Amino acid sequence: MATTTPTRPAAQGPDPHPTPVRRAGTTTALIAKVLGLGLVLGLAIAISPTLIGQSRWGFLAIVWAIAVLALATYAGRRALPAKYILPGTLLLLLFVIYPVVMTAKASTTNFGDGTRQSKEETIAQIVASSVVQSPDAPRYTMTVATEGSVTEGPFTLFLVSQQDQSLYKGTVDGLEPIAAGDVTVTNNAVTAAPGYTILTPQQVNAANATIKDLAVPTETGAIRPLGIRQAFEGTTTLRYDEATDTITDTRDGTQYTPVTSGDREFFTSADGRRVSDQSWLANVGLDNYQRALTDSTIRQDFIRIFIWTVLFATLSVGTTFLVGLLLATTLNDSRMKGQRLYRSLLLLPYAMPGFISLLVWSGFFNKDFGLINSLTGLDIGWFTSTFWARTAVVLTNLWMGFPYMFIVCTGALQAIPSDLKEAAAIDGASGFTQFRKITFPLLLVTVAPLLVASFAFNFNNFNAIALLTEGAPFAPDNPEAGGTDILISYTIRLAFGAGGAQLGFASAISVLLFVLTGVIAAIQFRATRTLEDVN
Amino acid sequence: MTDKTDLTVEPGAGTPTSRAARPSTEPIPEVKLTGARWWREVGWRHLVGLVAVLFALFPVVYIISAAFNPLGTVVATGLIPTAFSLENFDKLLTDPGRPYLRWLGNTLLVALVVTVVQVFCSALAAYAFSRFRFWGRRGGLLTLLLIQLFPQFLAAIAIFSMFTTIGEVIPRLGLNTLAAYTLVLFGGALGQVWLIKGFFDSVPKDLDEAAVMDGAGHATVFFKIILPLVRPILAVTGLLAFVGAFNEFLLASIFLRGERVKTVAVGLYGLIDQDRSNNLGVFAAGALITAIPVVVLFQYLQRFIAGGITAGAVKG
Repeated sequence: MATTTPTRPAAQGPDPHPTPVRRAGTTTALIAKVLGLGLVLGLAIAISPTLIGQSRWGFLAIVWAIAVLALATYAGRRALPAKYILPGTLLLLLFVIYPVVMTAKASTTNFGDGTRQSKEETIAQIVASSVVQSPDAPRYTMTVATEGSVTEGPFTLFLVSQQDQSLYKGTVDGLEPIAAGDVTVTNNAVTAAPGYTILTPQQVNAANATIKDLAVPTETGAIRPLGIRQAFEGTTTLRYDEATDTITDTRDGTQYTPVTSGDREFFTSADGRRVSDQSWLANVGLDNYQRALTDSTIRQDFIRIFIWTVLFATLSVGTTFLVGLLLATTLNDSRMKGQRLYRSLLLLPYAMPGFISLLVWSGFFNKDFGLINSLTGLDIGWFTSTFWARTAVVLTNLWMGFPYMFIVCTGALQAIPSDLKEAAAIDGASGFTQFRKITFPLLLVTVAPLLVASFAFNFNNFNAIALLTEGAPFAPDNPEAGGTDILISYTIRLAFGAGGAQLGFASAISVLLFVLTGVIAAIQFRATRTLEDVN
Repeated sequence: MTDKTDLTVEPGAGTPTSRAARPSTEPIPEVKLTGARWWREVGWRHLVGLVAVLFALFPVVYIISAAFNPLGTVVATGLIPTAFSLENFDKLLTDPGRPYLRWLGNTLLVALVVTVVQVFCSALAAYAFSRFRFWGRRGGLLTLLLIQLFPQFLAAIAIFSMFTTIGEVIPRLGLNTLAAYTLVLFGGALGQVWLIKGFFDSVPKDLDEAAVMDGAGHATVFFKIILPLVRPILAVTGLLAFVGAFNEFLLASIFLRGERVKTVAVGLYGLIDQDRSNNLGVFAAGALITAIPVVVLFQYLQRFIAGGITAGAVKG
């Protein structure tokens, strides 16, 4: 940093050769501009056919809105501030603001496992999976391929008709013929297709649970896999009637109509049998919020977790600040030797990557072999009692956070003019009175905003819980809310945990969490008075 | 230090950072204290310091001890190393089932790209907010401050759904790809605007004006004059952005499931979660290699950190 000398035109007076500088700058700028805009436009053009093919109009609109915005901003000479603000703002809008809006939207749906698809898609699949094989059903040689992962799909079936060798590509969305030149066919089977990974027989076997239920809807029925190399086209036994919203079984005439159960609907017969356990994405209004605030178990969980979240953030800030301040006042003495060494060593917990610290500490609390029990001779089951698990969380967070407060307090202490203290000493104030009446209030002015910021950070400190206790301990009858869970770790478990994704409900909790974070933000604004300082 | 450093590192006289960035180590001429008086006034401070250092260091010592312990189990590991061997490192680096170096490479790649994009976008926007007067400037600044308080991962569910859709159109940008994960972290592109703007404000406007008189355009002023002057703050914001991306776990654990695309945070978590007692040694070896560069970076930039964090950033 100190090795390069910045140009300082102000000190040199008028530059005798201004023109070459200017020309160089303009040329570079022009090249950068043309390349950048070309890239944006090129990407937009390249992606458009796919988007149109998949009828993703919203996506297409966003892509072109970005391209047009970039052109409008950078092609002309006007809108100077926009040129500097646009890149970051676009990224912020796309990956922060838009997801927040979508979270709010998802919170009014039943989005989750079993309800990811629209009603139309669900009906098409229910009907397609009722395929039965007749003796003369057409057969196909099947190749399973994917554009995604070989274990999870989405899977595409490449089919070669065993009657006339015509080629098809089938997905859950339907069947489409493909030209012979698009794929490589060897021995009447597709062996390569650009953009796709062909699954080996072993991989097909491994993912068979998903693949065997694949049904490619066709006009008269559906094509379904038969083993791992063949597929057959059969006729469906279920028929859907849009006018009455009924699925009818053509074999025995049973009628299935949508019946609500919980937050979702199923096609159910008059005697209560479901035609399928598949449901679909539907709008549920404010039901998720109502559930969070009125369902007695969930409300209890929510309130208990909320209280602990506040307590956890308060304790984290309180203990780290106390220890940091104590160390800063103790070590900030010019007569001490080795201050620099102390600072370097005490910085270590802050400098260590947080996830490593948390995982290491998590091992320390092992009841039988953990370092804490063996060093202290205690026999505490740290993660089996809520009290001890919470103690462990706070202790770990103290270790991770005190260096930050130490650095901050040291900085604030050194900024307090020493004449103030000297004046107090002359007036006869003792060391402690000096600290209480002069040093501490002055220090607090500087540090208070950081304390609130630290509170806000810990309020949503997912890692501190997820990597240390994973929310443990859990009551045997409640695997969803653990003793050390804070709101964010609870939300993430609801959304992505092993108990099945309740994405809609978890979104509602996220929105509540947004509101709570907003309240903290308001307090923070008040504390820092930043609002008044903006200029 | 030259006056150049004064101009650039410190946002202005009178703020608490101005001295924090330059700890006074010059001994003030004093009477040498001896015996009981020394102990009462200075000695006990060393005792407190020593206790704090022990508390700060014991987990670090434990990691080192575990990393070099050939047995590699929790039962056989204590604070004091009993044996020395590189076996854990060997296991870590040679097992094809856990591509540790790949994880580390992934993390470094993601963190570096995110750092560059974040610092660059923030510096660009900070320049506009500092030097131009335009409609929506004040509102924009306040909005940025507000948004910073909402962690991006609160919207994790929607981000997850969004990239499920994107993946169906552009498989290379779907879930389980580093590109998508990096793109998500770009959402924090304006995270450092306030910090950098504070330093831009402290660069005298005369400098820009003189350059404009000399015929420089706005881009030249930004790239050739202002940016070089605020390098120290770019280093600090870069460090904060880097550490933030390096430590990110939540989104990575949702996005990156395949062994080869994992970041080191997700990878090491999987390693220790799989078998907490027997994988300790290998985990510690990995943790040590991972932590060293970050710790060194922190020590190197230590003198800027106090100033940087007091000016309002919190390590993620």
